[in-house]
Amino acid sequence: MKIVSLDPRVNRSSINETEESVVLKKLDQFQTYEVFAQTKRGVHHVHVGSVHAANKKIAVLFAKEQYARRGKCVNIWVVKTSDIATTEYEDSDIFDTLDEKTHRNPESYKVLNRIKEYKERTSK
Amino acid sequence: MYGNAYIDPKKANSSLVDGENPEKLAEFEARIARGEKIEPKDWMPAMYRKQLVRMIEQHAHSEIIGSLPEGTWITRAPGFRRKLALMAKVQDEVGHAQLLYNAAETLGKSREDMINDLISGKSKYSNVFNYPAKTWADSAVIAWLIDAGAIVNQLANSRGSYGPYCRALERICAEESFHLKYGHDNVVFLATGTSKQREMVQDALTRWWPPIMHFFGPSDKDSVHSETLMRWKVKMASNDDMRQQFLNMYVPKIWDLGLTLPDANLKKNEETGKWDYTEPDWEEFKRVINGGGPCNAERLAVRRTAEENGQWVRKALLKESETYVTPLS
Ligand SMILES: [Fe+2]
Ligand SMILES: [Fe+2]
Repeated sequence: MKIVSLDPRVNRSSINETEESVVLKKLDQFQTYEVFAQTKRGVHHVHVGSVHAANKKIAVLFAKEQYARRGKCVNIWVVKTSDIATTEYEDSDIFDTLDEKTHRNPESYKVLNRIKEYKERTSK
Repeated sequence: MYGNAYIDPKKANSSLVDGENPEKLAEFEARIARGEKIEPKDWMPAMYRKQLVRMIEQHAHSEIIGSLPEGTWITRAPGFRRKLALMAKVQDEVGHAQLLYNAAETLGKSREDMINDLISGKSKYSNVFNYPAKTWADSAVIAWLIDAGAIVNQLANSRGSYGPYCRALERICAEESFHLKYGHDNVVFLATGTSKQREMVQDALTRWWPPIMHFFGPSDKDSVHSETLMRWKVKMASNDDMRQQFLNMYVPKIWDLGLTLPDANLKKNEETGKWDYTEPDWEEFKRVINGGGPCNAERLAVRRTAEENGQWVRKALLKESETYVTPLS
């Protein structure tokens, strides 16, 4: 039995009501690409989400439709999710040592006392 | 039920935390209590994952099936601007589905499995979309009031605990404000128009009121799991609370247009501050959600055909070397 719809597009498609269901196999929907969008020239691209796509070109097209329909966007990057390397939240202690590295911080360099002391010593 | 948590009634007495490591569970709950978001690779109770997958997936299906009754009127929208606006809205809804499928996917269910479960009828979607959009006025009522209901639900859920779902919802909520305005504009245009136009919009409203009352689902205040799901910030408000919020915001706006609603008991109770109404027919709700509605067969057949028709193209594009990893966030 054909589906009878209020939607002329559905009627034109002549769809059978009872039919074996399709079963999508693994990767039917392809892999994902992570999307990075730039809101204006001069600022960093920011991660906004991902899209499923068969290749880079289609990923850019989908990313534009999905993440730049309105609002400001001047540029998009996509990269295969499988090509991204990440740290793990579990291992976030790898970032802990940064605070101890005082030699990296400008505040740890104190020269004024030394200059003052030098001036006092040599002006006598 | 749009993107609501759902508990299998057969398992109503089992605990959601059976077999979980108590230390990890305590740490997990403390993080949520502190307002931290849970990210895809973080430890989480099995039932937290399961409930979220079910909820986000159902929400995604609702977006994609929801675009079908509205899409019915694209070809016959009155005027070019309305046609453009309706196409933009329908595209947004399909986009919402994409965002939500991706969020659900981060929890480990593949997109193929979600689509398979939709077209086989295993997964549910919002019951309201099993009803037809008979006239242009129906599409106006859907865009205004079904989207209004969706916004109440989505704003609540956007304060939940799962990071990817919250981020998807933030993007979605921003777009919903256009849907709401567009729908309101269409309803107001008809309601302030000729007597024929007023009649059309009144008919549509009368038709859609029962499904709208069903929208948030049956009362769940007595559900044994609600407390846990609320503590986990999977469920952010009870179905009754969301329904009350919706009534409070929109019934006055509907009455203001001189339109009526088919429930003689509907009124704000000045003592409790809550709305009194006739309990909707939950037997009808169950019958429709289980496949007995006027459009269930059509909705799934249309979706199935779309997958079938596109399959050869996808097959041709699929490279041997393709590998799959879960999206990052
Ligand atoms: Fe939506
Ligand atoms: Fe919407």
